[in-house]
Amino acid sequence: MKQFNNLYIYMRVFNYVGKNIRRTPYQALAATMIMFLTFLTLLMFLLVALGSQKILQYFESKPQVIAFFKDNTTQQDVDLIENSLNQTGKVKSLRYISKEEAFQIYKDLNSAQPEMYEVVTSNMLPSSLEVSTNTLTDLNYINDVLSKEPAVRSVGFPKDVVQNVLESTSLVRWVGGIIVGFLIVFSVLIILMIIGFKIRIKRNEIEIMRLLGASTWFVRAPFIWEGITYATVGAATAWIGSYIVIWYFTPFLQPKLSEIPGILPVSPLIMLQLLLVVLTSAMIIGFIGSFSAVRRYLK
Amino acid sequence: MSQSIVKFENISKKYGSTLAISDVNLEVEAGEFVFLVGPSGAGKSTLLRLVAKEYAPSSGKILVFDKDIADIKSGQLPFYRRKLGFVFQDFKLLDDRTVFENVAIALEVRGHSDVEIVKEVEKILKLFEIWPKRNLFPNQLSGGEAQRTAIARAIIGKPDILLADEPTGDLDPQTSWGVIQLLNEINSWGTTVLMATHNVEIVNTLKRRVISVRDGKIIRDKKEGKYEIH
Repeated sequence: MKQFNNLYIYMRVFNYVGKNIRRTPYQALAATMIMFLTFLTLLMFLLVALGSQKILQYFESKPQVIAFFKDNTTQQDVDLIENSLNQTGKVKSLRYISKEEAFQIYKDLNSAQPEMYEVVTSNMLPSSLEVSTNTLTDLNYINDVLSKEPAVRSVGFPKDVVQNVLESTSLVRWVGGIIVGFLIVFSVLIILMIIGFKIRIKRNEIEIMRLLGASTWFVRAPFIWEGITYATVGAATAWIGSYIVIWYFTPFLQPKLSEIPGILPVSPLIMLQLLLVVLTSAMIIGFIGSFSAVRRYLK
Repeated sequence: MSQSIVKFENISKKYGSTLAISDVNLEVEAGEFVFLVGPSGAGKSTLLRLVAKEYAPSSGKILVFDKDIADIKSGQLPFYRRKLGFVFQDFKLLDDRTVFENVAIALEVRGHSDVEIVKEVEKILKLFEIWPKRNLFPNQLSGGEAQRTAIARAIIGKPDILLADEPTGDLDPQTSWGVIQLLNEINSWGTTVLMATHNVEIVNTLKRRVISVRDGKIIRDKKEGKYEIH
């Protein structure tokens, strides 16, 4: 019997939440819209962060430092350099390109213009070593190591591109993190204010319910669930909004990012994972905001 | 021999530096109808609120159902309050709920099912002759109808003690008599009634136990008393 009573109490709590929301629709709308804005920003930031991560991975998968050898370099010299690079622990892959292979690559690149390679022989092109590092931040170190090798004539290192990618992703993370952090705090405070306001205007009702023998939980739970409802509804609509934004912009962005695999179109699995992330975050934000209000105003 | 249901032992209550109740000793037996009379600010409402454990006494001990209510933990307080019923001068009905919903809330907080609530509320509203008004809101009711609704809400949970704080204070004499007859009937079912009032006519006509309070002290306690506050 007690279990049934508990069930009725739970059902009644959700019934009260529905009534509270219906009776103050403008406050409910304002709270949900703030949550929508917060979670839309969060989702956009997460999508940009995931995209920039893919771009980083793409650059990291490419040979990023190319050491061009002097003509008299022997295979033993190359082996020694490869060993010393492997010992740094920063190298993901190494690929030696002989003069003949370099000539073949040159020919392939200029296949449409035979006059470009008719006068060129394999001897004219240097052999080289292509190095990929584990992270882009290791590139400077590898560049320094290779530059000091006597067998190396020059080192090709797209320093500006790497620097730009690193700075951009770092900026995205910092600015996005600060904006999202600010919006999360703002959302918690908005929920705290709205629920606090509702507690104040329902003071009479709360007093009566307590005198009638309502448990502390029964009095508090509808307010807490109300805050959670605003946050989760806001998060869910923001997720739908972000999906629409992605769907709209994918045809424009896809050709520009076609070189980078796995970035567009965004996988539905990733979107589902993001939905889980924002719904969980929303429940936490809603709970913190409304619980703080209940603790503060319902003593 | 009747059993004591409420017992005050040397109770004092201070609000800041103001002494509202001073060294009160009082015993109410189960099934009694007790009037608390006295001028405004005498301490009548404070006595009722102390029984409800809305306040803790500054000193002394209050025994209700033979248990010191100071020992009731906050988690157990709702269960204690379910044994009490409350009626107020200003009715304290919820303006955004109908008569039916105002009465139903007393059972909702206890976890009764919807079927039980509908059955019980219908029964009590018919008994109190306010069933036809069940879909009206408090501001659409007369004073008497509002107080009947409030009393229905107070007793639907079948409390052992009914605490009524000037329930006829805002009502005309005729309506007041209707409310008193209702409280009298509730008392006849076995519910102990503690009622604070200024209504001389009612107190003198009913000839029930009358406790006179003045300046926070009990100055008179008579079994078939009259309204005397001096």
